[in-house]
This record gives sequence, structure tokens and C-alpha cells, in this order.
Amino acid sequence: MSTATHDTKREAPAKPTTTVGKAADYLDQRTSIGVAVKEFARKVFPDHWSFMLGEIALFSFVVLIISGFFLTMFFEPSMALTTYEGEHPATMHGQLMSVAFASTLDMSFEVRGGLLMRQIHHWSALIFMASIVVHMMRVFFTGAFRKPREINWIVGILLMILGLAAGFTGYSLPDDVLSGNGLRITDGVVKSIPLIGSFMSYMIFGGEFPGHHIVPRLFTLHIFVVPGILLALIALHLFLMVLQKHTQYPGGGRTDKNVVGYPALPVYVAKMTGNFFMVFGVLALMGATMSINNVWNYGPFDPSPVSAGAQPDWYMLFLEGSLRLMPGQGTEWVIFGYTLPLNVLIPAVVIPGILFTFLIVYPFLEARVTGDDREHHVLDRPRNKPARTGLGVAFLTAFIILALAGSNDLIATHFALSINAITWVFRVLFFVGPVFAYWVTKRICLGLQRKDRELVLHGHESGRIVRFANGEYIEVHTPLDDQERWLRVNFEAPAPLAIAPKTDARGVKRKGYGADKRWQGLSRFFYEDRVSPVTPAEVAAAHSHGEHDELSGSERQAVEAGAGTTSREH
Amino acid sequence: MSENQNNPADTSHEVTVTPEAGTAVGHPERFPDPGVPDHKHRLTDTDPRAAKRAERTVTILFVLSILGTVGSIVAYVMVPPDGTTSGVRLSTLLLGLCLAVSLLGIGIAGIHWAKSLMGDKEMVQERHPLATNEEDRAIAVQDLNEGLADSGVVGRRGVLKGAFFGALALFPLAIAVPLIGSVGGDWNVSKFKHTMWKNGTRLAIDPSGRPIKAADVTVGSVFHVIPETTEEFRSTHEWINEKSKAVVLMVRLNPEDLRTDQSPEGETWSHEGIVAYSKICTHVGCPVALYEQQTHHLLCPCHQSTFDIADSAKVVFGPANRRLPQLPITVDDEGYLVAQDDFAEPIGPSFWERLK
Repeated sequence: MSTATHDTKREAPAKPTTTVGKAADYLDQRTSIGVAVKEFARKVFPDHWSFMLGEIALFSFVVLIISGFFLTMFFEPSMALTTYEGEHPATMHGQLMSVAFASTLDMSFEVRGGLLMRQIHHWSALIFMASIVVHMMRVFFTGAFRKPREINWIVGILLMILGLAAGFTGYSLPDDVLSGNGLRITDGVVKSIPLIGSFMSYMIFGGEFPGHHIVPRLFTLHIFVVPGILLALIALHLFLMVLQKHTQYPGGGRTDKNVVGYPALPVYVAKMTGNFFMVFGVLALMGATMSINNVWNYGPFDPSPVSAGAQPDWYMLFLEGSLRLMPGQGTEWVIFGYTLPLNVLIPAVVIPGILFTFLIVYPFLEARVTGDDREHHVLDRPRNKPARTGLGVAFLTAFIILALAGSNDLIATHFALSINAITWVFRVLFFVGPVFAYWVTKRICLGLQRKDRELVLHGHESGRIVRFANGEYIEVHTPLDDQERWLRVNFEAPAPLAIAPKTDARGVKRKGYGADKRWQGLSRFFYEDRVSPVTPAEVAAAHSHGEHDELSGSERQAVEAGAGTTSREH
Repeated sequence: MSENQNNPADTSHEVTVTPEAGTAVGHPERFPDPGVPDHKHRLTDTDPRAAKRAERTVTILFVLSILGTVGSIVAYVMVPPDGTTSGVRLSTLLLGLCLAVSLLGIGIAGIHWAKSLMGDKEMVQERHPLATNEEDRAIAVQDLNEGLADSGVVGRRGVLKGAFFGALALFPLAIAVPLIGSVGGDWNVSKFKHTMWKNGTRLAIDPSGRPIKAADVTVGSVFHVIPETTEEFRSTHEWINEKSKAVVLMVRLNPEDLRTDQSPEGETWSHEGIVAYSKICTHVGCPVALYEQQTHHLLCPCHQSTFDIADSAKVVFGPANRRLPQLPITVDDEGYLVAQDDFAEPIGPSFWERLK
């Protein structure tokens, strides 16, 4: 209907006749929305299941906002002390607790759907962080962070850090024993910061731990500041994605100068809307069937009790594990009478600092050692960048080992092992694991690349065995079709950086040679071992001494009749 | 690494065949792009009955969603939570399942519609370089320069510029100073160094507040201890702050098992094998609550720092560096356990000015 209106307008500015046409005309005259519709309605987006991971993060954020709004209607962020008057749960009746905890109980037991929304909210937070991490893995391993997307990569890292902050501030709101001890650990970590630690602790808690300010402060951060910044950065993230157009996986017809896929209207409108409802539906299912954070079992915050086997939410496990692994002996230094608790500073500040710095710096580092300044819109297959893939897996290995170490007590009790032994194993693994993972991953990548070469040069094994007149047996190989081959040869294998010599023609030492040399060393680390894509000449060369692989039909019969003996490598 | 026998360009260190090196006369350097693969029709494109079937499925899914929503309203009205845990669970389950059906119905229908009925012909659009073209860039630079020139700050108006940036940089202080000044309460961070224990304070059971007689403490028993105070004080915020520092774990060992404690020369901080140590971990401050009688080890459940109670609560494993401070105790005239004094050193995690 509306297209009809457009057409008539183009010829002569005739009045639209249909209702939709009239509404569109009304809006357009006031907003020139037609320009946006023209630009975006049929904008093409590439299709791949892994492009949906970021969507899951986005949609679980929307679910967080919806369920969070519900919760704010009933939650009272106050640490005023009250005696719980509610009858349910019976164990809490008559107990002294904060209003925050009492309102959490109330919304769980008295508000219909309150517990459901609490559980949906908590599960959404876990899925939000999980989908962010998996989305980042996709971006990293396919090289989607390369020019021009470095800025968006950093925006993404900020989103992840804000996600952690949102989770942390929300987790502590119910003011139960578990989250109170979490806050206590935070307090201990903050106090370890040299010079200003004690004052930062006072700043956070409004005085001594725990005080009676922290819940309202966290509440403001949790429902206003952090989600506000998150929302702004998500908008920026999506804006940059649309502006730069989405990356695409390699394949026939896909280049750095085009984008191949389906139009936003109707395909992506339908798929994205569908995906939103799917994500929300699965989260509702989780909230309905899987209970989480039953705070009434823990009780209100009290500085004395603590529960054994307590775990933080999964995305905080790596920090917890880092704290657990650090040996305490000899790592608290006293300098001029001032205390420097390295046993806390290193695992809680330095290690996460290194991990996040690696993520932020990596795109720039890789561009530098590759000597690459071009725009990239076609993604890499992870095997074609063995060093990057290896580094990514090494990073994940370190992250996972820390997270497992954060559950070392549960591992000990479930498998009846000594906690000391487990801790020692993880201490060693934290250093050895990533190196080993790097090496193995890189070798697997190189192996897969060679397998690709092998396929391109000699084709698929057909399972058809042919016997020659002279008694030789061969298996006939079927060549790859154009698309199959293109996928395996369409990549670059950059060589390490070449640098200018140390001295110029007259033997004068060149300035900056040392730095160049170091960059070259790093570049060697990345690209010394590499497998180049097969060239047409190589295929021709391979065929010249293996041609009966390619024979078909009548030719094969000729061969079988005993036409020739060809030296072979198979 | 074993070499792959039939791979001429096989690569380990430095064994590289670059495309140039591999180029032979008469062959292009690289393979040509075969272009976008041919479009494959779906069953719903070729078979009208399949298309009809997909349409019906989508419709049914939308109807299912409507039923889910109706069900959720029915569940809201018919199954109110009766307050018991199982009643709440049932209400949560029904509301959640209906919500899930209502949402998944729309979700699956939408995706099935998109995948089976909407056009799936791949389209190609051009990308354009992101950088602004030279002409526009020149105009932008010129515009900026003209704007700057109009502002009058180009050139030697250093004082003006300084004042402008100075004012901008400083004004947030007018908000930040009152905020930061007030946000930390009284900023008296030396409070960390003291607890409410003092000479003569009775040791009481946590949480009842009943004072403990030495005679009631049998060998091997463990007490979670707080300082004795009034009932009213125990329902204030001040108490929670004080309790956070003052909690103590008290154990009675066989006097021969107690190898050492932290008593200085000439003093006795324990009483007939009864020792009391701060329950706040010297690592990051969790309550150290898991006591193992056989080994006399005290384990922090948060990060597994382990302290040996029989040996002055020194660290035997884990991330803590310092032993738990000991509370010096004795008995008063009535036989109740009392503190001799506050802890001799600050309890809990380390901080910069701890020893000052």
C-alpha cells in the first residue's frame, strides 16, 4: 500500500489515499522519516548463527530491564532495621533484619509472580554475561575486531565490565548473609589498595563496614547509573555496527567491498523479533523451573556466620579463584611501616588488570605486528590465524582455570580430594595451562590449514579404488568444486615484518632500529609458522604427477584398461 | 612435527611458499572468486502444500502463545501463593510456564515464518570506504578553521584560553568536594584499629548474648563469641559495625595440645587451654568459621586460608599472610570468661596504615 503511495508521489505530488499512506505522509512531512526508511528497510545483513550471540546479550538486557522494573515496584532499598512480621517463611518470622531483606522476602512470598520475576532477573543476568563472553569469543576468533572495528571492540569490553558492575551491585541488594560476605570481601580488597584503601572503604560504605548506606548506594548504581551507561554504550555499539555494516564470513562473492545477506525488512525484523521472544521465553522457563538465590535459606546479613561452599555468580568466579590461588606466605610487605598486602593486590587488582589490558590492547598489537592498515569486513577462519587463535585459547584457559579455582572447595567435596592439593594443581596450571593451550591450539590450526591444502591440491577421497593393469591400486580423488576450493584458498598468510637494516649505506647506525627489531621479534612470534594458501600453479603442479586422481568416466576406463603407470605419492 | 609428505608448501619454521614463489608461467597468481553460490530453493518455494503447511504451523504457534497468556491470567487468579514455600513454588511454576509458552509461541512462530515463508534470496550491497572523501574532508577542515578563527582564540590570547579551560576544568570541584567530603562519613579510618573489647568485657555466646562461664567450656568445644552488651544495643546499626570487628572464635584445647599462643613474655592470654582468636580473616575479612577438631585447624570457607589454633593461629595454608589476632582472656570473680584488653593489633585484612 505504501509503495503505491510512493510511486504516485514520485510522478506527481498526489495526495495519498489509503489510511497507512496518509499516516506515513503525515509523519514524513514532519520528520522526513522516508529517508531513514529508504536507507534501512532493505539494508542487507549477512547471516550466520554466531551473529545471534550478541543479540542474545542485547535481548537478555531487555529482559533485565523489564523484570528489573517489576522488582523495583516492591523492593525497598533501606538498611533500617526491622523485625520481620510476615508469617512466611516461618524461619524468618520475628527476626531482626534490614528493610531491604524484609522486602525481598515479601516480594518472594506475598507478591504473585514476584519470585518468578526475581528468578528471571537473576537468570537473565547470568545469561547476559555468558552471551557477552561468547559473543566476544566469536569476535576475537574471527578477527572481527580489526580495522575499522577497533573502537567498537573497546565499547564491547566496556559493556562487559559494566555488565560485571551491574551484576555485582545487584547481587548485594537483598542484604543477605551471602551477599554481605561478598561485600566484606570487596571491602578487604579495597582496603588493600596502597595509600587510599582505607579512605576508599569509607567512601563506599559511608563509614565503617557495613554501615547503613551501602544498600541504597548500590541500588542507585544498579538501577540508574550502571544501566544508564550500559544503555548509552549499547546504543553506540549498535550504531557503529550499522554504520560500518556487519562483517561476513568468507565465501563465494563475499569481499571487503560488499555485504551479502538478507534484507532487514522482512527477514531480520522477523528473525530478531522471534529471537527476542525466544530468549525471553527460555529465560521465563528457567525462572519458572530453576530456583536461584533463595535468600530466605541464608538469612539476613549478620557479620558472624558464613556458609561453606558458597560461590559467587559465575562471572565473578575468576576473581574469587584468583584470590584463592595466591599464596599468602611472604607476600605481605611492610615498607617504612606501611603495609602492602600483595597477597590481595596481585590477585584482585593486578591479574584482572592484565586480563582486561590484553583484551583492550590486542587489536592494535595485532595490526602493528601484521603491518596492516586496511579495512577488513570478511572474517577470518580461526585456523588461518594460528597465533591469534592460540592466544585466544590461552586467554580462555587462564580464565577457566581461575574460575575453576574459584570452585576448588566444591571440587574438593564432590570428588573427595584434598583442597590443598587442588589449590597447588591450579597454581601450577595457571602458568602452565595457557602456554600448553597456546601450543596445542596453534599446532591444531596449522594442521587444519595443511588439511585444507591437501584437499585443494588433491581433492576429496572418493572411496573408489581403482586397479591398474600393472597391479597398482589407487583411490580416485574428486576435485573440490569452486565454492569449496575458494573457502580454502581465500585468505592471507602474512610474513613477519621486514625491517630496514641496522646501518645505512654509509654505515651510520639507524635511529629506532632497536624498537623495529623488537616489533619484528613479536611479529615473528605471530607469523613465523604459517601455511600459505594454495595457488593455481601448485594445483597444476600437483595434477601433473597425480592426474589419474581426476579422471572421470571414460578416461577412467582407459586407465583401467592399462594405459599407464604413473608414479604416485599416495 | 612429522612432515606431511605430499605437501610441497608444507610449513614449519621458515618453510614457506609465498604465492609469488609458487607462481608458474601461465597460471594466475590466485584463484578467482567464484561469486555468490547458486540459490537453492526451499521445499516451501517449490511445493505449495509445504508452504501451506508452514503457514498453518506458524498460525498454530501464534494461537498457542495466546493460550499461554490466557493460561497465565488463569493461574494468577486461580492459584494464588498461600505463603508456604511449596505454594509459592507452584504459583511461580504455573505463571512462569504460561509466560514461557506465550513468549516461545511468538518466538518460534516468527523464526519459522522468516525461515520458511519469507524470501531467502541473498542480496548483495556495496560497502563504501568509511573515511570521508578528500573533498568533504577539505571542506570540514576549512569549516573548523573558519569556526576557530571566528571564535577569536587563534593566536596569542593565551590568558583567555587558559582561563576558559581552567574554569571548565575546575567547576566540577564545586560539586565533587561536598560530595566526596560527605560520602565517607567522619573519615575516621583509625576506627579499624580498635574493637569494643576492653578489660573486663565478658565473653558471650553469639547470637543469644549469654555470658560464658569457663567451667561450661568443655575440652574440644567451639564457641562463637561476641562481647556482652545490652539487648537494646544489639538491635542497632552501631552493634552491627562493632560486631563485624569484635566476633571471636573460642576453643578449649587440652592444655598439652596447646603448643603456643600469642601471649608475650610474662603474660597469659589463654585460660586453662581456652583460647580466643579474632574470627575475621586476615586475608580479606571473611568470618573464619570452620574448625576441625582433630587437627586444630581453622579454615576460612571463602578462600581457604587455614590457621593452626594450637600453634598461635599461624597460617598453615592459603592466601592469608598473618595469623589471627588473639583476644587476651581470663576469668572474673564469678567464673565468667572476660577479656583482659582489646586485641593487641588491628583485626581483619591488611591496609596501608595498619601498623602506624
